[in-house]
Amino acid sequence: MRTRAILRIARLSAFSRRSTLVLTLAAIALATALLIGVERIRHDTRQSFVQSVSGVDLVVGPRTGAVQLMLYAVFRTGSATHTLRWSSYRALADHPAVAWAVPLSLGDSYRGFPVLGTTPDYFAHYRYGDKRSLTLRAGRTFERPFEAVVGSEIAKRLGQTIDSRLLLSHGAGNDLLPEHGDKPFTVVGVLAPTGTPVDRTVHVSLESITALHLDWAGGAPLPGVTIPPELATKFDLTPQEITAVLVGLKQRSDAFRMQRFVNAFRDEALMAVLPGVALDELWDTLDIFERALRGISVLVVLVSLAGLVATLLAGLNERRRELAILRSLGASPLDLFLLLACEGLLITAAGAAAGLLLVTGAAWWLHDALRGAFGVELSTLLPSPDEAWLLATILSTGLLASAIPAFRAWRMALADGLTPRQ
Amino acid sequence: MPGHAIEIADLAFHWPGHAVPCLDIPHVCVEARERLFLHGPSGSGKSTLLNLIGGVLRPERGRLRVLGHDLPALAPHARDRWRADHLGFIFQQFNLLPWMSALDNVTLPCTFSPRRAAEATRNAPLDGEAGRLLTRLGLPESHWRQPARRLSVGQQQRVAAARALLGRPELIVADEPTSALDAELQQAFIDLLLQETAASGSALVFVSHDRRLAAHFDRCIGMTEINRAAAHGG
Repeated sequence: MRTRAILRIARLSAFSRRSTLVLTLAAIALATALLIGVERIRHDTRQSFVQSVSGVDLVVGPRTGAVQLMLYAVFRTGSATHTLRWSSYRALADHPAVAWAVPLSLGDSYRGFPVLGTTPDYFAHYRYGDKRSLTLRAGRTFERPFEAVVGSEIAKRLGQTIDSRLLLSHGAGNDLLPEHGDKPFTVVGVLAPTGTPVDRTVHVSLESITALHLDWAGGAPLPGVTIPPELATKFDLTPQEITAVLVGLKQRSDAFRMQRFVNAFRDEALMAVLPGVALDELWDTLDIFERALRGISVLVVLVSLAGLVATLLAGLNERRRELAILRSLGASPLDLFLLLACEGLLITAAGAAAGLLLVTGAAWWLHDALRGAFGVELSTLLPSPDEAWLLATILSTGLLASAIPAFRAWRMALADGLTPRQ
Repeated sequence: MPGHAIEIADLAFHWPGHAVPCLDIPHVCVEARERLFLHGPSGSGKSTLLNLIGGVLRPERGRLRVLGHDLPALAPHARDRWRADHLGFIFQQFNLLPWMSALDNVTLPCTFSPRRAAEATRNAPLDGEAGRLLTRLGLPESHWRQPARRLSVGQQQRVAAARALLGRPELIVADEPTSALDAELQQAFIDLLLQETAASGSALVFVSHDRRLAAHFDRCIGMTEINRAAAHGG
């Protein structure tokens, strides 16, 4: 009863000073949004990465960093600097422990979206999320050269539907790169959304990739040589080089044995990574940045709470009269301590709630953009347990910080009695 | 109900760090329901005495019984509780929480005193009793729900008086409640206050530096007469 009354007085009193308190509240809201936002992006990025690779036992590529191999083979970011020979792929695919091996050839792009050369096996064996396989929303998979299957994001963003034509660029990139203008592709299939980099990928056959580059050498068209598409298909289009291989094993327990086999491969320098291990390595790399970001956000929260303390302390002198009135009505110094503590907590809670709202709104707003640009699926739902814990920490820190002005009010109540000395 | 509202004997107090005592009162007695006018120049210890009577300060020595309670013997929180239950205060000005409505200001004592809440709601709901007091003190109903800061000083003092009277505390202490009012309003306010304290059966200690206002009180005493420290120290 009494605590409720004190809470009510705190609420009304704070509301009467809203013009000064609103800035403090906004600072707390922004700081909370930053802290929660950083946490949410961290969590959702990891989630997106973990979702993107499931059911693959090994990723094999030319010898490079494990993280780098994962980044370009699975997440389609970064670029491959080396290639591996087709003969090495054959040796791998024919190994008795291997159930399936899907070759990947990267390096071209369509309006900034990566182009993946692969075999129809890719659609059969690739798994994402909780071991879910890819499904076509429309059309079929590619069967002949110059046919393409696009991810849902591309279809949505660029309006690519069945039978539209795509002109690919050489390299991972922008409009300045030379286009494979002479050999247009036809969209024959659109994949259902997955929330993984697949949504942002143009899938074509390995033969298409070879055909595209028949009249190319060293990353540029051969001057004076053009091979039209209808002629290109007459060549032997078996690729000579690919970028990486996704491997599924008959028994997962063979993973380490197989890894040793690949790492010791005689014909060329190869490496095999276990996706889980490589992801852990990636988290370790990101950890420093995440910690730095988190540290900064925590500091910003502390600064905003310091602002709260300063505002409450500054207002206290003008409120001596108010405190003396409450005192004459029978409020104890402890009541006045509680009054100030409640006020600080109320402002912190309102600020934190506003911050949470802000970050949820921002996530909702940026959801499509982030998915399109990075393949990161932001969760727009309620706060996760981790975030709830962060919010609780902000609230308790706010309460702790409010103890400073509250203590001051308590001291004032004892010193002033019924007649404040102005 | 004991016969004395306030009983003071051989009371001494001095502020920490001050060499000379602030109060040294050999004897003062205020009867129950008595309306006492207490006057004295500033610095004569009036405010200190009110803080002692209110149980906010504790005397160094001497006897201080208010409404039959031995105040110095009570723990600080018990004195706070006692003050909420039995005392109504009216100050010079800025009596009200400016951001609360007049009505909410009047009912504020009930927040801290269930006893006064029970007394105030004996015959009517709380807002009804608060409204009754505001009506008797002449604040039009159209002003009841306005924030206190919108009221004139005279209106604010009426709200403060209504608050002090709510729940019939046995002792009303008014500390220069009319000094912020215009001369013609002063006497009207005092008459209202005297009439309402009589109606609620409370004793009244009215402090002022202005002796001209003492006319309608039962008794008038000066700080310099009762406080040896003020008489000697000037």
